[in-house]
Amino acid sequence: MVKYILKRIGFLLLTLFLVASITFFLMKLLPGTPFNNPKIPAAQQAILAKQYGLDLPLWQQYVNYMVGIVHGNFGESYQFAGQTVSYLISTRIGPSLQLGVQAMIVGTLLGILLGAIAAIRKNTWVDAVATIFAIIGRSIPNFVFAALLQFWLAYKMNLFPIALWDGFSSSILPTLALAMAPLANTARFMRTEMVDVLNSDYIELAKSKGESQWQVVAKHAMRNSMIPIVTIIGPMAVDLMLGSLVVENVFAIPGIGQQFVQSITTNDYPVIMGLTILYSVMLTVVILVVDVLYGIIDPRIRLSGEGN
Amino acid sequence: MADNIKLGADAFKHVQVNTAEQEKIAAPSLTFTQDAIRRLKQNKAALISFWVLVVIAVVAIVTIWFSPADPNAQHLAYQHLPPKWGGLDIPFVNGVRKGVDLYATNHVPKGTYFLLGTDYLGRDMLSRILVGTRVSLFIAFLATFFDLTIGVFYGIISGWKGGLTDTIMQRVIEIISSVPNLVVVILMLLVFKPGLTSIILAIAMTGWVTMARLVRAQTLQLKDQEFILAARTLGESGSKIAFKHLIPNLSSTIIIQTMFTIPTAIFFEAFLSYIGIGLPAPTASLGTLLSDGQKVLQIYPSELVFPAIIIVVLMLAFNLLADGLRDAFDPRSNNR
Repeated sequence: MVKYILKRIGFLLLTLFLVASITFFLMKLLPGTPFNNPKIPAAQQAILAKQYGLDLPLWQQYVNYMVGIVHGNFGESYQFAGQTVSYLISTRIGPSLQLGVQAMIVGTLLGILLGAIAAIRKNTWVDAVATIFAIIGRSIPNFVFAALLQFWLAYKMNLFPIALWDGFSSSILPTLALAMAPLANTARFMRTEMVDVLNSDYIELAKSKGESQWQVVAKHAMRNSMIPIVTIIGPMAVDLMLGSLVVENVFAIPGIGQQFVQSITTNDYPVIMGLTILYSVMLTVVILVVDVLYGIIDPRIRLSGEGN
Repeated sequence: MADNIKLGADAFKHVQVNTAEQEKIAAPSLTFTQDAIRRLKQNKAALISFWVLVVIAVVAIVTIWFSPADPNAQHLAYQHLPPKWGGLDIPFVNGVRKGVDLYATNHVPKGTYFLLGTDYLGRDMLSRILVGTRVSLFIAFLATFFDLTIGVFYGIISGWKGGLTDTIMQRVIEIISSVPNLVVVILMLLVFKPGLTSIILAIAMTGWVTMARLVRAQTLQLKDQEFILAARTLGESGSKIAFKHLIPNLSSTIIIQTMFTIPTAIFFEAFLSYIGIGLPAPTASLGTLLSDGQKVLQIYPSELVFPAIIIVVLMLAFNLLADGLRDAFDPRSNNR
């Protein structure tokens, strides 16, 4: 197990190194810098280039950048003079993380519940309603859903703040909008797993021993169906990252998603690079943790993994 | 007395069961594909979705030549007009908003109607939605294309060759899939400028990974089966085995996965256009329409609602059809 984890961490570092390098060189491929404005005198351009380290030879810029990353230093923003990328990210990551975690919890819990109910009442109207709900949840893009929530619940009915980041109540609507996709996916996955488990021999045994249906479901079926849910946490994290970009924009939340979109439209390369690397780090770490967790929860996986 | 009874051969009846009769198959025998289509036809939701998609596709393509109006023509005098369907006097489609006939107050000439109203630059919403739908369908087509070419062949080669080739190819896939799609698009955008090219390249680079993984896993299973062994023993070349034996046996996996790729790709394009890094103005895409609509949602909700309906219907139809196809090709999943 330790060997496996070390191998995976090594591979993770290699991936991140490649992502950082590719990002760096692609950025350098772009003609000019934001300071190549003909209106700026050549002398000032030279000063700006020197300030941002753009006058050094390419390999030296690359080494500086990579060494900087290891120290958590992603350079200075072009757009906000004097602000480092790390500072920008650190002031904005809070809301994004909070929304992401809330949405993940709400989505998974409701999804598990919905999927389990659908499986227990298989082929009844309850199942049909849950399935339709899950399919609709998968089909409405989160930016449409966010806009509709904002329009009905905040603007028309005045139940929640329309936008901005001010306390827990303003995080409810964005969380709901973000939670839709994880909810739908979990529900679908849970239903399939649960139906499988409910047909298995140990459930028959539990029933034949006279346990009530509630006991069977709570003690045996739920637990075993929930194990594979761990595997979809990775893809879910990707969904949430993408989702946060639009949801933060719709609700004007000062998070990293909104910052990312802003930086793209203003060509703020250092911030784009920093956030690109940050997103890759988050994603690879989540996938690694999920894989390791899965091996710990389900010993069968671990054994077959070591066999290979 | 008993000796007098004469029994001829005709007094006996043949009671033995006729083996030919016993083995007779009453219903015509169906191939795997026919069987799948039969099951698909029983699935109402999937069938309706299929025809809805056909209608949308036909309308979107035919209107290339018969567009109701120029989708990019601006009439600044006709901003934010509500829908009007000819002379019909039905609420919501009679050109009246809040008791004011906006077509009259804006001096729109008689005979000019905007079936779904106009946007903030006075452009015809219907024509723009049609263009957006076309873009979405085009993306769907491309995603399918990359899935079928890169995804399928990558998977087959990786699974078939095995050994070092497989290891290297799988490591490459791992690296690709650990980079968020969005990051790939951003990188493409920075190099190629916003537009269809960057989106297509991003889909070409990342969209086929799941397909390749599934195809590889299936190929690994098929590889050890007797009919493949027989083909190899008889000296079939690798490429012939791939086309004649592997792909037909992989077809259900391939079809199902393609159908799941499509809604993802449609969503991705709309998403990028929505946050403003997809198709550049003035080209319409469902994403840009939704983004424009969202800005004026509180005053002119219809400008968000119409494109929203189209994208939800598209996604819903593709998802339902994909579910239906999965159940049709893999009956076990249906009965579970």
